Amino acid sequence: MGTQSEASGRFESITEEDGMEKTREKMSKLLAEKEVSAILALKMSHGHPTPYVFAKPEELKDWVTDETRRYPLTKILIKIARGYPDQVIGIPVRGCEERSLIELFKNNQLRMNKVKTIGIVCTQEQANYCRCDRPFPSQAEGAELAKPVEDISDMEEVERLSEEERFQFWMRQFGKCIKCYGCRNICPACFCPTCTLEDGALVKPGGMPPEVPIFHLIKAYHMADRCIDCGLCEEACPMGIPVRRLYRRVKRSIKDLFQYIPGEKAEEKGPLEFLGDGSYELPGSGK
Amino acid sequence: MFSESLERFVNYETIVTTCTYCGCGCGLLLEVLDGKVVGTLPQKDHSINQGGLCIKGWNAHEFIYDEGRLRKPLLRKNGSPEEVSWEEAFDTVATRLKKIRDENGPDSIAGLTSARCTNEENYLFQKWIRAVIGTNNVDHCARL
Repeated sequence: MGTQSEASGRFESITEEDGMEKTREKMSKLLAEKEVSAILALKMSHGHPTPYVFAKPEELKDWVTDETRRYPLTKILIKIARGYPDQVIGIPVRGCEERSLIELFKNNQLRMNKVKTIGIVCTQEQANYCRCDRPFPSQAEGAELAKPVEDISDMEEVERLSEEERFQFWMRQFGKCIKCYGCRNICPACFCPTCTLEDGALVKPGGMPPEVPIFHLIKAYHMADRCIDCGLCEEACPMGIPVRRLYRRVKRSIKDLFQYIPGEKAEEKGPLEFLGDGSYELPGSGK
Repeated sequence: MFSESLERFVNYETIVTTCTYCGCGCGLLLEVLDGKVVGTLPQKDHSINQGGLCIKGWNAHEFIYDEGRLRKPLLRKNGSPEEVSWEEAFDTVATRLKKIRDENGPDSIAGLTSARCTNEENYLFQKWIRAVIGTNNVDHCARL
C-alpha cells in the first residue's frame, strides 16, 4: 500500500464495496504513523454526524461519511489551520470538497503541504441528489465511481424565459431572502476577511444589509470564478431560493469568457482576482 | 516527523445544541476550538430547520464572551449597581417581592421570562409566578 500511496501523490482514494472500512484503516494508519497530526471529518455524536477532529486512531470507530448531510469541512479546516499552522491535518474529500480545497490553496487560505487528503467517492444516489457532474476526487483508483450527473435543467428552465420574465422570476426569488447570510457562511469558497456584503466602506455599519437584488448579485459576481458548484448554499437557504442556478449561470459566463473552470487546477489563478496578493483584504479594513 | 509539535493535539469539536433565540428551537452546532466557542453551524439533520438558520442563529455564539455579559449579580445601592453575593441578591429579591405582594396583592406583580431559558425553566417560572406569587401575570419575550 505504501508505495502505491506515494505514487498517487496527494490525492489518494480507496473506496470499494467495503471502501469505508479500508478508508478508516488508512486514516488510522496516517494517525498512528504520525503522517498527519489530526484528521478533520464527521463523527457520529449522539446520533448526529458532526464535524470533529480525530487526533487518536482509536477514535475513528465513530467516523462516518454521512452522504446527504454534507458540512463545509474544508472551510472549517481554514479555522483549524490558523490555530495550528505547523501541523499537517488530514481530511477525507469527496469531489466537491477537493475542488473547494483547490480554490482555497489557490487563494492562500490553506497551505497544500499542510493538508493531507484522503479521497472518498460519492454513491450514485448522492450524485443524483446533488446533480453533481464530478462526484469523485481526482485520485480514486480502484473505486467504483458514480456516473457524473450532467443536469443543468434548473438553470435552463430560467434561461428559457424572456428577459422581463427572468427578471421577475429572480426578483420574486430574492424577495424571499431574510438576509441570514447563510449562503455565504456555508460556502466553502468564501473566505474574505472583510466580506463585501459587510464592508464598512460600502455598507453602512449598523444599518440594513444591501437591498434586493444587489445583495445577491454582489455575491454572484464574487463567486463567479470561485464557485465549485457544490450546492451547499442552496441547501442552507431557509427560504428555498434556488441560488445554485444563479451561480451556475455566472460560472458558465466565466467559462465562456475566460475558458476558466474554478476548482480544477491549483496553479491557475482566477480571472477576476485583481486585489493583489490574493488575501482580498482591502487597506484599512478587516477585523 | 514532527514529534515536538505533536505534543499539542489539535482540539476541535462541534456540540449539538438548540438555538436559544426564539421559540422555533432550531438545531445548531457550536464549533469549539481549543475549548473556546468560535462559530455556529446549522444542524443539517434537524427536523425543524433542516440545515438552515436565520441571522441570529448563525451568530448564536457571539454573545458568549461579550464583555458586557453579566457574570455576577448586581444590586443597586446608593444609586449605582454594585457586585453582591448570590445569597444577598436572592435575599433582597425574595424580601422585596414578599413585601410588595403582602402590601398590594399578587396582581401587583408580573413575570416576564426569556427565550434564553429552556422550556423546562420557562415552565418552572410560570408555575412559580402562579403558585407562589399567586398571579396569572406572566409572559415571555419570544411570543412571536
